[in-house]
Amino acid sequence: MQLEVDITNKAYETAAGARQVVLDGVKFSLHAGEVGVLVGPSGCGKSTMLKILVGLDHDYQGHVSRPAGARIGMVFQEPRLLPWRSVEENVRLAAPHADEAKLSALFTILELTEHRSHFPGELSLGLARRVALARAFAIDPDFLILDEPLASLDDALAARLREQIATLVGSRTVMTLLVTHNMDDAVRLGDRLLLLSPRPAKLLADLPIRTPRSTRGEAEIAAIKADIARRINGDHSVRDAS
Amino acid sequence: MLRLLSFVVFLATWWIAALLAGDAKLPAPPAVLAVMITEARSGALFVNLGTTLARVALAFTLAMTLGAAIGYLMGRVRLADRLGDPWLILLLNLPALVVIVLAYILAGLTEVAAIAAIAINKLPTAVVTLREGTRALDRALDEMATVFAIPRWRAFRHVILPQLAPYIAAAARSGLSLVWKIVLVAELLGRPNGVGFEIGVAFQLFDIPLLLAYSLTFAAVVLVIETLLVQPFEVRLSRWRPRAA
Repeated sequence: MQLEVDITNKAYETAAGARQVVLDGVKFSLHAGEVGVLVGPSGCGKSTMLKILVGLDHDYQGHVSRPAGARIGMVFQEPRLLPWRSVEENVRLAAPHADEAKLSALFTILELTEHRSHFPGELSLGLARRVALARAFAIDPDFLILDEPLASLDDALAARLREQIATLVGSRTVMTLLVTHNMDDAVRLGDRLLLLSPRPAKLLADLPIRTPRSTRGEAEIAAIKADIARRINGDHSVRDAS
Repeated sequence: MLRLLSFVVFLATWWIAALLAGDAKLPAPPAVLAVMITEARSGALFVNLGTTLARVALAFTLAMTLGAAIGYLMGRVRLADRLGDPWLILLLNLPALVVIVLAYILAGLTEVAAIAAIAINKLPTAVVTLREGTRALDRALDEMATVFAIPRWRAFRHVILPQLAPYIAAAARSGLSLVWKIVLVAELLGRPNGVGFEIGVAFQLFDIPLLLAYSLTFAAVVLVIETLLVQPFEVRLSRWRPRAA
């Protein structure tokens, strides 16, 4: 099972009638069990690209092949929970076939057990994001998309949630695409880094990280981060797999 | 308790006004109550009330169902909105009396004509409210439902319908009050029974106690239905919302 993405051009018309190019040549593939991380500056077109990848937007030039019948689990930038349904109902609505044992395991990992019957309006943003994660994992996705799941959370909470995501991603074979502009998240969670340029977004580099997630040392993480910084700020034509 | 107090205030005001105005213009509460009891004993009160309520129920259900469906369609489909809009404006501004008279002329002095006329009067407000509700639907939640491949019907029930619920409640609330008002006129003009017919008779005979007996019983029934049916329904729909201070 794999995802092939080759978007040559994506543009839209602004309210003023001007054509704005958002994506300008993004090509990569992603295999099952792999965590790809899209790294790019804010507003470079990452969310636009995700919409294309999950099939919400068909108006683009290029080709995207998703495995037929792949179950998609998505964590949107905002949690997008139904405010009129409880936490548990929100998860069950997306995953009607998930059994009780699986749900309670998931709620335990994400520390949501005591919030099952709460409504989203009663939750903090951090909790709501965890519910969105629970919903995405509950359907046993073949293709998991995490759109800045840790944005605007404090460092301690973000670190804990990152651990929880690593645990969940590590325990199943799923193609995962994580979008972030936080280098730390990217390097700690990803198997492969896809660096994007500012808008219109082009793929700057496709960097695999060979060391498994759990054995990456701080020194190596720092080295990779330095490498990314050099590539983003420096020579844009470099496009290899180191 | 407060409700009871406000009822007592109403009764007292009435009684004092009756004393000042005299029996010919405004009979005192006991006189009206006596008529109510006579009418209730003969069964006429219940038959007429029942007939009116049945018309209200039928016309209301018809108008809400059709209005919600048309409103949803107009909110979702641009073409439907363009086509339907002139009709909507026409119906919204057409006086109730015109609709009723036309209905009786075209369909005869029949039950069908009466119910259709009442429903047509209420229909456009339901359409407008539901169209606004549909336009205000959250696209982000729609996308969520699409990505998670939630089947259409489930998505409609759990994602769309709860967003429309406040609009449906508003349309029901305003529509019901409209129906209460119009049903009596329709009965007055072309039906041989119902509260509106009895009030017409009382008017022609200048029988003020009879007129008040029917009006007040009708008002009481409306109040009971609003309190026991409409309000609990609204509370249930909005239970997930944080309480207003």
